[in-house]
Amino acid sequence: MKVAYFLGCNVALRTYEYDAAVRRIAEKFGIELMDSKDFVCCGYPAAPQDHSTFLALAAQNLVAAEEMGVDYIVSVCNSCTATLSKVNKLLKENEKEREHINKILKNSIGKEFKGTLEVRHFLRFIYEEVGLDEIKKAITNKLNPVRVAPHYGCHYLKPPEVFDFFEDPIVPHTADDLMALTGVVPVKYENMKQCCGGAILAVDEDTSISMVREKLIHVHEAQADVLAVHCPFCNVMYGEYQKDPRIDIDFKVPVIFTPQILGLALGFDAKQLGMKKKVAKLFLEPQEAPESKSEEVGAHG
Amino acid sequence: MGEEREQEKGKKKSGEFQVITEDQLDPQFKYEIIKEPGGENFLRCMQCGTCTASCPVKAIDPDYNCRRIIRMALIGDKESVLKSKFIWMCSTCYSCYERCPQDVKITELMFALKNIAVKYGYIHPSIKAQLDLLEKFGALLEISEFENRMREKYGLPKINQSPEKVKKVLEKEKIKDVIEGDS
Ligand code: SF4
Ligand code: SF4
Repeated sequence: MKVAYFLGCNVALRTYEYDAAVRRIAEKFGIELMDSKDFVCCGYPAAPQDHSTFLALAAQNLVAAEEMGVDYIVSVCNSCTATLSKVNKLLKENEKEREHINKILKNSIGKEFKGTLEVRHFLRFIYEEVGLDEIKKAITNKLNPVRVAPHYGCHYLKPPEVFDFFEDPIVPHTADDLMALTGVVPVKYENMKQCCGGAILAVDEDTSISMVREKLIHVHEAQADVLAVHCPFCNVMYGEYQKDPRIDIDFKVPVIFTPQILGLALGFDAKQLGMKKKVAKLFLEPQEAPESKSEEVGAHG
Repeated sequence: MGEEREQEKGKKKSGEFQVITEDQLDPQFKYEIIKEPGGENFLRCMQCGTCTASCPVKAIDPDYNCRRIIRMALIGDKESVLKSKFIWMCSTCYSCYERCPQDVKITELMFALKNIAVKYGYIHPSIKAQLDLLEKFGALLEISEFENRMREKYGLPKINQSPEKVKKVLEKEKIKDVIEGDS
């Protein structure tokens, strides 16, 4: 199946490993991810300034994907997915907005929004289109019972109507379900749905860094070995900003992408998935005798 | 009475808020808000405070209070709202949006307030900086040879940025004035 693949700025430039893992998995399941030179900024950064600019930028991407003749535009960034879904729905449903935006598009790029496709996050896409059963069948490497704390990210969950209520915003489960197929142990931890603070990083860095710090502490307290995300900016926050001196913690939380875990289980090696060897080993190689912490595996940390 | 108020005016009460007098209020402000996309449900707010209690930004910075912003906007304290740094501090997590019993859609309301603030010339500098990047690169980050070499290393296709295309859309929009404005 062919789908349009919308990378977004952060995946394209800051999280190559995420992009790599996603492309490998897609190939494995016969999903052809089509890049396009016509994709621009998703539009989210323009939302605080002007509603029409926000809509027009997002629509420009939707139009580019429509022209590729596909049924889906698949993104791997939570915020790009949320933006494109929201605008896609709005323009399909609201005639007045559609006409207004189409006027802008016609005058600027000479094109028009038609409303012929659906927007999906990659995780949701494989969850629904490939399905847990098929993914399970394709797994060749049973992974160690590594304790993985999933972070879903606000724009993967909310507002749920933007995502056709496919995920439960109170007790989300899709990433847990996918990871559980591989042998790792998804862990619950305090305040799981806490926001990464990425959206206000530029406005109030101290506040967003405190948000990161709290999350890392909760993950550590639940004795998780790694934190798994499926959004490039959540990764920037928990991965890159973990090194910020304002986060005075005396432990480290490795941050990886959920598709990297899936990738290992599907038989790809660390290099193909852009993973650090040390982290990949945790999942693949026999570990020292497990400590007492494995007792409450699967408990509601 | 008028005099007393005059004296009260400039006095600081708590945080960055000052005593508000009627002559500072703009009763039309609320109608301006409900006309802005995202502000439609604004008048439904019953000040229950569920939003503030759900807010992760409030949990870190007690001065940030979304219910209070809504109250200030409702009574028409337009200038304080539009000048406030707080309207830019919403992390768009949608926690309040999900829980508000009156379906005020606060996250969207915050976008509406920001959009109105921009129209009056109160754009937050960091947000303006983002716009400038968009204008320049068509994206928030610049892709140079270095990034494309890195992408190659990971077995990923090259990326070409298309700022002209973003520019075309921006040009058709009034937002262009904001970019060219007072930089
Ligand atoms: S939760 Fe809704 S009704 Fe309650 S104070 Fe906040 S906006 Fe108003
Ligand atoms: S969406 Fe904004 S105001 Fe609402 S809870 Fe999140 S940070 Fe607070």
